[in-house]
Amino acid sequence: MAGTTETAPPAESKQPQVNRIGLAKKDYGGLKSTLCIGCGHDLITARIIDACYNLGIRPEQVAKLSGIGCSSKTPAYFLNRAHGFNAVHGRMPAIATGAQVANKHLKLIAVSGDGDSANIGMGHFVHVMRRNLNLTYIVENNGVYGLTKGQFSATADKGSKQKSGNVNPNDPIDLCEMAFMLGCGFVARLFAGNTKQMTSVMEAALAYQGLALLDIISPCVTFNNHEGSTKSFPYAKANEEPLHDIGFVPAYDPTYMEMDHGEEREITLSDGSHITLKALARDFDPTDRKAAALQIMEAKNTNKILTGLIYVNPKAELYTEQLGLIDTPLALLTEKETRPPEGVLKQIMDDLA
Amino acid sequence: MSTATAAPPAQQTRVINDFSFHVATANGSGSQTANMVLLRGLFKMGIPVSGKNLFPSNIQGLPTWFTIRVNKDGWIGRATTPDIIICMNPESAIEDVETARKGAVLIYDDSLGLSKMRPDCIHYPVPFKKLVVDACPDLKLRKLVINMLYVGVCSALFNIAEDKLMSALSAQLKTKPKAVKVNEPAITLGRKWALENIKKVDPFWCEPLNKNGGKIIIEGNAATALGLMFNGCTVASWYPITPSSSLCESLEDYMRDYRVNPDGKRTFAVIQAEDEIAAVGMLAGAGWAGARCFTSTSGPGISLMNEIIGLGYFAEIPFVICNVARTGPSTGLPTRTMQGDILNVIYASHGDTKHVVIFPSNPKEAFEFAGVALDLAEQLQTPVFINSDLDLGMNYWMSDRFDYPTGPVKRGKVLHKADLEKLKGQWARYRDVDGDGIGYRTLPGTDHPNAAYFTRGTGHTEMATYSEKATDWKKNMDRLTRKFETAKTLVPKPVIDGYTNRVGILYFGTTESAVREAASLLEKQHGHKVDLCRVRAFPFSREVEDFLATHERVYVVEMNRDAQMAMVIRAELPRFAMTLRSILHYDGLPLTAGVVVEQFLAQHKDEPNPTKIAQSASHATAALGTKGRD
Repeated sequence: MAGTTETAPPAESKQPQVNRIGLAKKDYGGLKSTLCIGCGHDLITARIIDACYNLGIRPEQVAKLSGIGCSSKTPAYFLNRAHGFNAVHGRMPAIATGAQVANKHLKLIAVSGDGDSANIGMGHFVHVMRRNLNLTYIVENNGVYGLTKGQFSATADKGSKQKSGNVNPNDPIDLCEMAFMLGCGFVARLFAGNTKQMTSVMEAALAYQGLALLDIISPCVTFNNHEGSTKSFPYAKANEEPLHDIGFVPAYDPTYMEMDHGEEREITLSDGSHITLKALARDFDPTDRKAAALQIMEAKNTNKILTGLIYVNPKAELYTEQLGLIDTPLALLTEKETRPPEGVLKQIMDDLA
Repeated sequence: MSTATAAPPAQQTRVINDFSFHVATANGSGSQTANMVLLRGLFKMGIPVSGKNLFPSNIQGLPTWFTIRVNKDGWIGRATTPDIIICMNPESAIEDVETARKGAVLIYDDSLGLSKMRPDCIHYPVPFKKLVVDACPDLKLRKLVINMLYVGVCSALFNIAEDKLMSALSAQLKTKPKAVKVNEPAITLGRKWALENIKKVDPFWCEPLNKNGGKIIIEGNAATALGLMFNGCTVASWYPITPSSSLCESLEDYMRDYRVNPDGKRTFAVIQAEDEIAAVGMLAGAGWAGARCFTSTSGPGISLMNEIIGLGYFAEIPFVICNVARTGPSTGLPTRTMQGDILNVIYASHGDTKHVVIFPSNPKEAFEFAGVALDLAEQLQTPVFINSDLDLGMNYWMSDRFDYPTGPVKRGKVLHKADLEKLKGQWARYRDVDGDGIGYRTLPGTDHPNAAYFTRGTGHTEMATYSEKATDWKKNMDRLTRKFETAKTLVPKPVIDGYTNRVGILYFGTTESAVREAASLLEKQHGHKVDLCRVRAFPFSREVEDFLATHERVYVVEMNRDAQMAMVIRAELPRFAMTLRSILHYDGLPLTAGVVVEQFLAQHKDEPNPTKIAQSASHATAALGTKGRD
């Protein structure tokens, strides 16, 4: 498979480093990015590759999905060994739902943008939040339409300036707030410039058995990186305030028991992995709905971009479990499993005669 | 039981097993049960029968009509004008009576004061409101039970066997034995009152026949649902819209009964989506991931689904959409029927698109074509439409019993892990290995490092990589054309009745009974012999072309204003452009034989002689630069 976004290992190392399932980082790579140099999205792509590699996720068990837009191009740039589907504008949540019910064992990674999710696809965004797919839903949020050259999206802040000088008159839609209100079990706001936090939260999201929404401020270096924009790299760097220092310990990692947890909060996910949180800007419990709601409200009253894990419900039941699906993926059932016996049709016919 | 006054009509004037009832009630008044008892009672007497519900887009209060046609010859298309009108709705009674044909039988509540109107009709006033007091002690139930009184009255007047009606009632209310007990006395009382008080002067009379052996009564939507359940459908997503809602609702009901394993686990998922775009989006995801998947909708839903239908065509994803058509454009007449989405389904979406569409005519085909559509979608890796309509979907049709499908379902060209190992991982998603235009696909989750490919709605190469190259684009589009040629050999062939006459009638879907009845009338009453071709699929298979080639004039019968099917034939088979004439019906009601006969005769009168037809046709085809007729 073609190149990866990572640099090649040094020539002298004969044996490339492998993860717990024996795969090298390059096995998680994708095609070369065609986005603008310095695009926030490429930083996120690199973190997806890191997180999948670190966790030892089998790429063949992943399906990548996206809508339309710059962000939606990125599934081509990671996990070449996973099936990918770059679909139509705004409808990815519906397509992800179909793929998940067809094969409940797939781990879905979806990449969307603010236009894709908060504008054209809002109707599907809100409804997929009510269906707990096993889906890491990444919104690469830059407040503008990149592919059509810089129009505002619905997440652009009121008063933020377009490159042309136009000022956005509308209040923004906060996707984290919406996801939380609609019952999403894992809600995080991140900044593409904060590598460490992104990797930990990405790992936690991938380990999470359910829908994890990651709203990642990912500046558009071409159309929204100027003075007056509230989604630029300089603005985000100056105003990001991490809520907490986040660590992630996968279920298979024995070191968790040996660690000194001190003042940290710990959240155990259903697969046995742990999220650790050391309070920075705020001390609150993200598994407490009221505390999470308060965080979302208070974030609105500050000029800061509060990043971190806002809410986690470690016990949310998967959509495919709610549907009561059998263990075999529906896609693989044959008529032996799906065709009721002849007597059933006879009985139905008799009743209609 | 007295038979004192309701003697059968005199032998010479008797009309036996060939007439229609028109029951006018208010929506939500519970008349449906009474109408179904009447329908099933007649059915159980062995008389061919059909029931068509003409209902408003409303839950309670507006006028609704139910037409039952009995016909000894088996013509179950809609009757042109009713012979018997039962007026139970004061709101519509005056109009119902005013529009009755001369000599029609009028049955109504004696308090409606209709007896002075229409002296040219036969009047049977009945004290329904008084009788229901005796028939039903429970005040609250009288509104419902009053309908069962007209069932009893009809039993007496038209010789509909009381025991058959009672067994129909038990069957209809199978799960509600208490309701059976409440309704039975009303049938008996209505019948008794009519026998004792009405002097029968009309000619209509039922005699037991033996024509319904092996038949059932069912709506097309339920038939399609059964076809899906028995043919491996695993995922259905849908959004409520009349007249399709009952399809996925029936499907879910049947699946809950018969597709749950002993441990309670299900082999299906039926999802009510947030809108039609999501419904078809879920199919794009499910079909891509390998499920046999389905949605049902109607015209407005097809319009909303257009973008993803194009994605399905271009990215080559199998899924099935059943369009239960209603009257459009716009919200139109949501509770009336039409064959109005022919262009909308065949050419759905932007760019160069064409879709496989199957046209069932009756419940048995609705059952069988569900499996055919699921198979074709996976064999051809493309969206497939079943084009039904309100008449088939929601009305009650007599049908042959459905045959149990025995063969394996067809899953098309899918490479699994073992196949990929044999191929040493060498394969290309969109490569035409077999020359039929259809590539091989893999499913997400296939455990092989070379299984994955990237699905996209953008231009792509054989390897499914992004491409904007002109040569790649054209090559891919040409392969899709080859795939469509393959489709022609796989879709259901037309049903052709005769190659012996100069003139043919081409039709499809629910016009079947009306067209066949019309053909019979044209021959018996007007001396015109016609051959018939019932198209059952698009793209047109070779046999459709043969029919067109061997007839000098072909009338295309369809239920829309713009002659959409004729348009498609002219576009796809331009050498027959001049062969076609149209018979069109578009008032929202099912077609009647009368409409076909009338329009046929009107056009046939002015028919130029056969040599002139041949000349003008060859001129036209020469002008179009296409091959002349062979």
